[in-house]
Amino acid sequence: MLFISQLINGLQLGSIYALVALGYSMVYGIIMLLNFAHGDIIMVGGYIAMLIITAGINPAVAVVAAIVGCAVLAMVIEKIAYKPLRSAPRISLLITAIGVSMLLQNLAQLVFSANARPFPSTNIINAANLQLGSVQISVSAIVTIAVSVISMILLTLLVQKTRMGKAMRAVSEDMGAAQLMGINVDRTVSFTFAVGSVLAGIGSVLYCCRYPVLTPTMGSLLGLKAFVAAVLGGIGSIPGAMIGGFAIGLAEVFVTSIGLSEWTDGIVFAILIVVLLFRPTGFMGRSMSEKV
Amino acid sequence: MSKMVPIPSPGMLPERDADKAPILEVRRLGIDFGGLTAVDDFNLTIGRTEIDGLIGPNGAGKTTVFNLLTKVYQPTRGTILLDGKDTAGMNTQQINRAGIARTFQNIRLFRNLTVEENVLIGLHHEMDYRSVSALLRLPDYWRAERIAKNRAAELLSIFDMQDLRYAQAGSLPYGAQRRLEIVRALATNPSLLLLDEPAAGMNPSETAELMENIRKIRDTFEIAIMLIEHDMNLVMGICEGIAVLNYGRIIARGTPDEISHNPAVIEAYLGKKDGEPNA
Amino acid sequence: MDKVKKIPVPARYAINTLLLAAFLLIGNTVIASGSVSRAQSSIVLQIGIYIILAVSLNVVTGYLGQLPLGHAGFMAVGAYAGAIFWKSCTLPRPLAVILGLVLAGIVAAIFGVIIGVPALRLKGDYLAIITLGFGEIIRVIIINLPDITGGTPGLSDIPKFAKSTSFLVVFLCVIITCFAIHTLMHSRHGRAILSIRENEIAAESCGINTTYYKVMAFAFSAFFAGIAGALYAGNQGLLVPGTFDFMQSINILVMVVLGGMGSMSGSIIAATVLTALPLMLQSFSKYRMIIYSLLLIVVMIFKPSGLMGMYDFSLSRLLEKLINWKPGAKKKKPCDPEQPEGGASHE
Repeated sequence: MLFISQLINGLQLGSIYALVALGYSMVYGIIMLLNFAHGDIIMVGGYIAMLIITAGINPAVAVVAAIVGCAVLAMVIEKIAYKPLRSAPRISLLITAIGVSMLLQNLAQLVFSANARPFPSTNIINAANLQLGSVQISVSAIVTIAVSVISMILLTLLVQKTRMGKAMRAVSEDMGAAQLMGINVDRTVSFTFAVGSVLAGIGSVLYCCRYPVLTPTMGSLLGLKAFVAAVLGGIGSIPGAMIGGFAIGLAEVFVTSIGLSEWTDGIVFAILIVVLLFRPTGFMGRSMSEKV
Repeated sequence: MSKMVPIPSPGMLPERDADKAPILEVRRLGIDFGGLTAVDDFNLTIGRTEIDGLIGPNGAGKTTVFNLLTKVYQPTRGTILLDGKDTAGMNTQQINRAGIARTFQNIRLFRNLTVEENVLIGLHHEMDYRSVSALLRLPDYWRAERIAKNRAAELLSIFDMQDLRYAQAGSLPYGAQRRLEIVRALATNPSLLLLDEPAAGMNPSETAELMENIRKIRDTFEIAIMLIEHDMNLVMGICEGIAVLNYGRIIARGTPDEISHNPAVIEAYLGKKDGEPNA
Repeated sequence: MDKVKKIPVPARYAINTLLLAAFLLIGNTVIASGSVSRAQSSIVLQIGIYIILAVSLNVVTGYLGQLPLGHAGFMAVGAYAGAIFWKSCTLPRPLAVILGLVLAGIVAAIFGVIIGVPALRLKGDYLAIITLGFGEIIRVIIINLPDITGGTPGLSDIPKFAKSTSFLVVFLCVIITCFAIHTLMHSRHGRAILSIRENEIAAESCGINTTYYKVMAFAFSAFFAGIAGALYAGNQGLLVPGTFDFMQSINILVMVVLGGMGSMSGSIIAATVLTALPLMLQSFSKYRMIIYSLLLIVVMIFKPSGLMGMYDFSLSRLLEKLINWKPGAKKKKPCDPEQPEGGASHE
């Protein structure tokens, strides 16, 4: 029965990766940018929630504030740092994103110091375990998986059914043509960043509940793995990001459980490499070839 | 211009090439994209020194044929024999080494490099020094580079472009870019040259000059040339054989005179009743 | 039109060789004499190492037009190869240093081929992410082979370069690296690499074996990264796997992009400035990284092609301009058929 609890564990971690991966995937889909700062936005969300809870305010407010904070931060970053570079070479945009990532990390370090801070996770989800027969399942795992699945369903509805979702799909298909059709590209891009970061904010709170330690650099490895999940699933694809997230989460938990925890990161990347070599655009990615 | 004579395999060749094996023989070539058949049952024979035209309305699949011949796309079916040898399994680079060079409809120059560098890349295989010679600047490096640069100047002089050697390729006027692409293709020492709309964007006097130069290239290099072109004056003026493509299939084949009176061709260029097909 | 005077090739080589020899001699004397502080001389040597890393990465990023994010992995391979060789080697010192550097380069180049063959089948961001993956895997392997590499605590007691020659060793490698890259890029092989950046389909249509040249550029780049790694090992005497993480790869990439992709002099300038920056900003060390990241963002927003673009500096070209300069003369377009040593150029 250890297997089942490991499975739940893996799905919990995987659903967090999936939430974060969606942000990468959506931004990549719309402006072809590997948004390196996405992981650090999660870090900021964690600190916001921590500050509000330790100030004695209702944890629900903290969660909302973290989510809103992430969204606003992402929109501000997009406006200031990415928008001026929309027609620049893509690598310049990438370097800018790396710059933003370093800036956020170092600002956090300046404000909160490089030392780890505990995250008051028990104020949000209590640490109890459910006993189902011989299997022990933590409440936080169930909450995490449920919240993630609901968020992803809402996102799918948003993208498929609403006007804004249609605009997002149009812009990611062809920015120029979308503009000619009267779509407000700037607003759509900004909205995409906001939606991606709302998911990141949710992911941030869930992640901090599972690993209740905050450091200024916590976002980089989380972001990197979520990004790997997005690529694995097929970047630009919403179901792909979910599949990729679960795959990475499960792989990580199982590798750790067979006693190879030191190798975890290596194996995550090895999976990525193997998948990319056989399916160069990931599980669900569309192949793109140049017109001659 | 040599008279066209029938040959045992399907098609015609200029009389002067008829006793030699054709440079290119294409049999039942076709490609599907997803469920869509872009080119089907394409047959073609080109003589050693023939100038051949491929015409048809926009979207007929002309450029796709070039992409198939150069293996930019892998054919779904059919065979391509180059100089009698099957090209199955070859990639674009190997096709070029085997003797087909081409230009592109949407010009694909090495834009940030100089005109000379563009031609030198075409001459890549004319130079034989190894990387060690380059790294240490051994005498064979200097010799091969000097010879190649002279050759590049010589090739550029076909179009009187030798003075533009050090200009950036991307900064050239449109017509000059098209001419440079032809020079670069010639530099790879082909036996068949494919020109994809060589006269596009050129004015009538430039086009007339181009026509002369294409003929001159055929005569000096003794190679076969196949061209896609919408300018009917050029096509009718220099092509010995013409194939007309519509919806991915050849609908007519013959000499310029036969093609210009073919009712199927006129219909394919619907709405152009003034006899000036101009898709 | 009056004749433009040219400096003949042998004279160019002579001028450049003389200047570089003088630079090496003066630099080494200053460092060896101990007239600069330990920290300062360490920064100077680090600048040399980062110049090698940046110009070698520029081969793949600037000239081949691909974006690898695993350069630190090759640096790590070279560093450990060199360090392990030096720790076990009993040959006389100068010979051991040279052999160790060559070995480090070769081992890194072999890794370059092993990684390059699969990775270069992918393009753009996928290539970036797969090389990032390989870089991280190299680091994880180093951590998990403690018997060979010392594991997480690191590999210590590596024989260090003597203070009297360290400058000479590092900057001779810098010069050799720059010269090798320059000469390669001005050969048929280098042009083949450039043609892939410019237009891969056209390159193939010109008979260029693009796969071969991609792997060649990758291995060439890895070779020098390996040498830089070994130089790092020989200067520090201690290797920790954390040095070669993903941020190190990013750090090197930033130098290349900030300097201007495809410009060797840009890479050199950016590597120098960014490595020296911590020293210059010592008094506000708390804000150092913030200034660094802001600088990066601002430069990218206002000069997306990097400080030098694709332009490259050439001393001989400058001298020729001076020789031909006449007061009041109109500016002429440079029509220089042969690019002199010390500055590649494809404006």
